[in-house]
Amino acid sequence: MGKITNEELLQKLTAQFGENVQQVTEPYGLLTFHTTKQHIIEVLGWLKDHPELQFVFLTDITGIHYPEQELPLGVVYHLHSLVNNIRVRIKIFMSADDLDVPSATVLWNGANWMERETYDFFGFNFVGHPDLRRILNVDDMTVFPMRKEYPLEDPNRVDKKDYFFGR
Amino acid sequence: MQNFPAFTDNDLQSEVSTLNLGPTHPATHGVFQNVLQIDGERIVSGVSTIGYIHRAFEKIAEHRPFYQITPLTDRLNYCSSPINNMGWHMTVEKLLKIELPKRVDYLRVIVMELARIADHIICNSILGVDTGALSGFVYMMEYREAIYEIYEEVCGSRLTTNIGRIGGFERNFNDIAFAKIRKFLNEFPKQLKEFETLFSRNRIFIDRTKGVAEVSAEKALDYSWTGPILRATGVDYDVRAMNPYSSYQDFDFEVPVGTTGDVYDRYLVRNEEMWQSMRIIEQALAKIEKEDPSVFHADVPEFYLPPKEEVYNNMEALIYHFKIVMGEIETPVGEVYHSVEGANGELGFYLVNDGGRTPYRLHFRRPSFINYSMYAPMSRGMLLSDAIINMSSLNIIAGELDA
Repeated sequence: MGKITNEELLQKLTAQFGENVQQVTEPYGLLTFHTTKQHIIEVLGWLKDHPELQFVFLTDITGIHYPEQELPLGVVYHLHSLVNNIRVRIKIFMSADDLDVPSATVLWNGANWMERETYDFFGFNFVGHPDLRRILNVDDMTVFPMRKEYPLEDPNRVDKKDYFFGR
Repeated sequence: MQNFPAFTDNDLQSEVSTLNLGPTHPATHGVFQNVLQIDGERIVSGVSTIGYIHRAFEKIAEHRPFYQITPLTDRLNYCSSPINNMGWHMTVEKLLKIELPKRVDYLRVIVMELARIADHIICNSILGVDTGALSGFVYMMEYREAIYEIYEEVCGSRLTTNIGRIGGFERNFNDIAFAKIRKFLNEFPKQLKEFETLFSRNRIFIDRTKGVAEVSAEKALDYSWTGPILRATGVDYDVRAMNPYSSYQDFDFEVPVGTTGDVYDRYLVRNEEMWQSMRIIEQALAKIEKEDPSVFHADVPEFYLPPKEEVYNNMEALIYHFKIVMGEIETPVGEVYHSVEGANGELGFYLVNDGGRTPYRLHFRRPSFINYSMYAPMSRGMLLSDAIINMSSLNIIAGELDA
């Protein structure tokens, strides 16, 4: 089905962005790489407007939190090239002090609600977003609940702790 | 928003008023709130407020073993929950690299296509109700009931099905299930034909739907639309055809597309998809005849719960049972994105696993949520009554919208 392989896509990406395409992996056949938030819009826009690659479809934007990492908070983008039937996953990570991320709404209007949802749960400040408000949670919520430090239920509860299960 | 210019009216007599459409309104079929500025009957601008039934599924999923997440997926798009269940099972199977026997794939295809028909029955017949014709709804609803009876035979429940398990099904399809599927395939075409006769060339229905909420293919892709509403704009993106899962590549079916993306085209696309789904089910039934009738799950004892009589009499089965229930199974570290063609678009599961008892992070790409983001901007300049049928034909399901 796919007209472009992951290797060809990676070659084109490294030829264009060089150092800014980092930590390339291929989990379950989906090309994944990290870039920096300074370059994310450039990378997304290049992939979208490239005459051959044509990643015109923004599948998803979401966030992820690894509290132990040096750069704990990340935004994950999934793009899909409908012409070539190939997907790519792009991640950017940042420290908790500086959560400004350039907004992808300049490229896709569909990014509007996806970024609002990501902001709502993780607290990224999407710079340039036309309407960055909470979307699923109540407006006066003060925390970003999908971060790992916020427990699902009463933190004093001990009967579900992993050490009871040998972990 | 720049694609949707503000509606302007130069009549000095006119006055803009605010209308709160929803969150509980009989015409919105679910918990949707839109605060509209209206000028007479015309919408000047609107703001969608969502989240009324947000249940934090993504957070809950981080605290549950894989097999306990299936009931959460039921409650996303509850009009076609088997598709969500299967999508989740397949995501985990992809992570665990489980290969399924062909018969299981075909059984899943049958259940998923039945769910698609059930979902499209609701959407199209309610579109009829919203345009003022109750009779089509009454004709079609009977067959949604027939589909729910098939679910009952297969898994025991009707709406939130929790159907299947990781690695296959929890039990084999019985003869009554197959008999009911055959009965449905024999009777439903006649009813669907009658429904089409009532609506497709009905002057009133066409006047109410044609040219309403037209969307170009570029705009639909810009807003990341998927599913029947994207195909109605002329883009032939269907996950089943493009990235076949569950052996869809073995089936011969067509992906119907529209031209203008208006409400009438969406109606036609959904109707044609029901015919194609029936074709797929017919083929699946024929293919299943050639497979071993006793196979209904993959041979993966470390992930698939053994039958109870073995648990009581066989030590290995007892150990596996204990390990599965207590979440002691080793799972690979990795991240998976898997998507299925849900009844209203690409339903994606982004699963990050760190090898623990629960997913490290699970994100649902919910088509209702993403498709709905265009609703308020596209309503600008629309008549209020057109906006109602536009929402009806987008097939937004509140459970999936709010997750």
